[in-house]
Amino acid sequence: MALDVSFDHPLRSFRAALDLIVEPGETFALVGPSGAGKTTVLRVVAGLLRPQVGRVALDGTAWLDTAAGLCRDPDRRSVGLVFQEYALFPHLSVEANVRFGGRGRAAELMERFRIAHLAGAKPVELSGGERQRVALARALSRDPDVLLLDEPMSALDAHTRAGVRAELQELLRGLGLPTILVTHDFEDAAALADRVGVISAGRMLQVGTPDELVAAPSDSFVASFTGGNLLHGFARPTREGLTEVVLDGGAVVFSTDRAEGRVGVVVYPWEVSIAHAAAADSALNHVSAPISSLTTIGNRVRVRVGPLVGEVTSTSAERLGLERGQIVVASFKATGARLVPLRDAPGASSPAAS
Amino acid sequence: MSRVFSVTVAVAAGITLLFLLLPIVAIFARVPPGELLSALGRGQATDALLVSIETNLIALAAIVLLGTPTAWLIATGSGRFRDLAVTLVELPLVLPPAVAGIGLLAAFGRVGLVGGHIHVVGTSLAFTKAAVVVAIAFVASPFYIRSAVAAFENVDPALTQAARTLGAGPARTFARVALPLAAGGLGAGAALAFARGIGEFGATLMFAGSLRGVTQTLPLAIYEAFDLDFDLALAISALLVAVSAVILLATKLAFRWRSTSPSTTLFAPSAQRST
Repeated sequence: MALDVSFDHPLRSFRAALDLIVEPGETFALVGPSGAGKTTVLRVVAGLLRPQVGRVALDGTAWLDTAAGLCRDPDRRSVGLVFQEYALFPHLSVEANVRFGGRGRAAELMERFRIAHLAGAKPVELSGGERQRVALARALSRDPDVLLLDEPMSALDAHTRAGVRAELQELLRGLGLPTILVTHDFEDAAALADRVGVISAGRMLQVGTPDELVAAPSDSFVASFTGGNLLHGFARPTREGLTEVVLDGGAVVFSTDRAEGRVGVVVYPWEVSIAHAAAADSALNHVSAPISSLTTIGNRVRVRVGPLVGEVTSTSAERLGLERGQIVVASFKATGARLVPLRDAPGASSPAAS
Repeated sequence: MSRVFSVTVAVAAGITLLFLLLPIVAIFARVPPGELLSALGRGQATDALLVSIETNLIALAAIVLLGTPTAWLIATGSGRFRDLAVTLVELPLVLPPAVAGIGLLAAFGRVGLVGGHIHVVGTSLAFTKAAVVVAIAFVASPFYIRSAVAAFENVDPALTQAARTLGAGPARTFARVALPLAAGGLGAGAALAFARGIGEFGATLMFAGSLRGVTQTLPLAIYEAFDLDFDLALAISALLVAVSAVILLATKLAFRWRSTSPSTTLFAPSAQRST
């Protein structure tokens, strides 16, 4: 069953005008900064918000059609919505929460989400991860045709997150429901979604698979949102067929992309290598600066060198003996330097610009 | 300096508390407990107590039955309607009791706006027990509705929305989510309205009169006994103090028991709705 959503509705400082189709069994992630209108999409689909203009249809059956004056109440649409803070009923037990949507599957769902032993507990007694599982079980108890997840991981601590993400991935694959996932975290989106739509100020900037977004971000906003380093500069072609970008700081970098004028240079952290001196390798671009920060994430270390963040394995970081303040050279190839049109801070961009 | 300040604060607090307590102590100190009890045994006090209880229970039932849906509508409503309704509900709070009494007479009295039509049917409302109920309901309902609106507004909208997305219609959402979560506030409002109704004097006197055994409630009995039998007035007053204290204590205990409630005060202000 495919879900078809399009609407236009004024929010506080801009209009949210979005259009998307979620294919049967597909997980579509909406990513963007807070206040970009992501949750509005879920509210429109669930029937909690009636947009000025819009249409929502599941497999051709309209739930909302403002042109025809049709707007089904939320209880007349078959959606499972997991709210951002889960919105569990505080006065009801875990079991009563799950049974609220339908009795038939409650026992099976509680087994499946490993909350059967908590049946009599009140939500306030649960951990964040348990609450999330109750919220998922409750949303599925109605046997919905569409699943909507609003920041399902944001209420979890970093420690719980990784495990929950893997569980959710497996669940979504198994359910085969058209699913819309809202998140501000591109990594969550990349791990869970088949396609990702980047939203800013109520507009869809780019839609694609996570790989496509990273490989070819449509502009600087998408690039920095997907985790890339963003450098500003002025581009002009060189005789060798490359593009030379004079960065605002004065340094010069090369790219194989073609562009002229003001551009953003995007370099992903995993394409940056760190060394004590510029090596005689194929990398054309070198930035020499002191290390301003070192952050360990699992088996990787994020190293900030001047304007760049590079990611190296902890093994390499140890071998190099990296320390804060040490002057090192960060290198990346011209093929790893993507040139994108500039679009600055979200919100600052005018809707007309898209 | 800080010593002077703390002494000043302590003295001010001492004066305030003593001032509030003194009249209540005086009621009990003036007459020995034995005489209080025997005074209560006299018919007038018993009659008044029965009238008070009967009329207040009926009025409270009406207030809760009609006020709860009203409060829900106001709490979930928006814009101009909501502001207008809130003002209307709060009007009796600021109305002088004498004006309330005149207003009720003008509306439901023998020649009143609505009362004229009732009179044609052969009955008259004014100066009957029903009039006491109406007077109490008029002055006490704002206390319940205000508290109920605040209680409903404190229910996280995400919870009622979650109920809707889980397939519950508006009625089931109200009954299974909004009502249980607002129960503490509704109880507090009912207690407050009941306390106000028990003490109701001015509007009742003007609209229902002070007929012993029919419309004479405890406060009206105090007023009547005040000239003739001061000890009886004191005894009935002591009874009212006891009733009020029980209501207050019961509410506080109920709140302590329902630890989910954020506040133990009866006078929680109506929560500002965020837009």
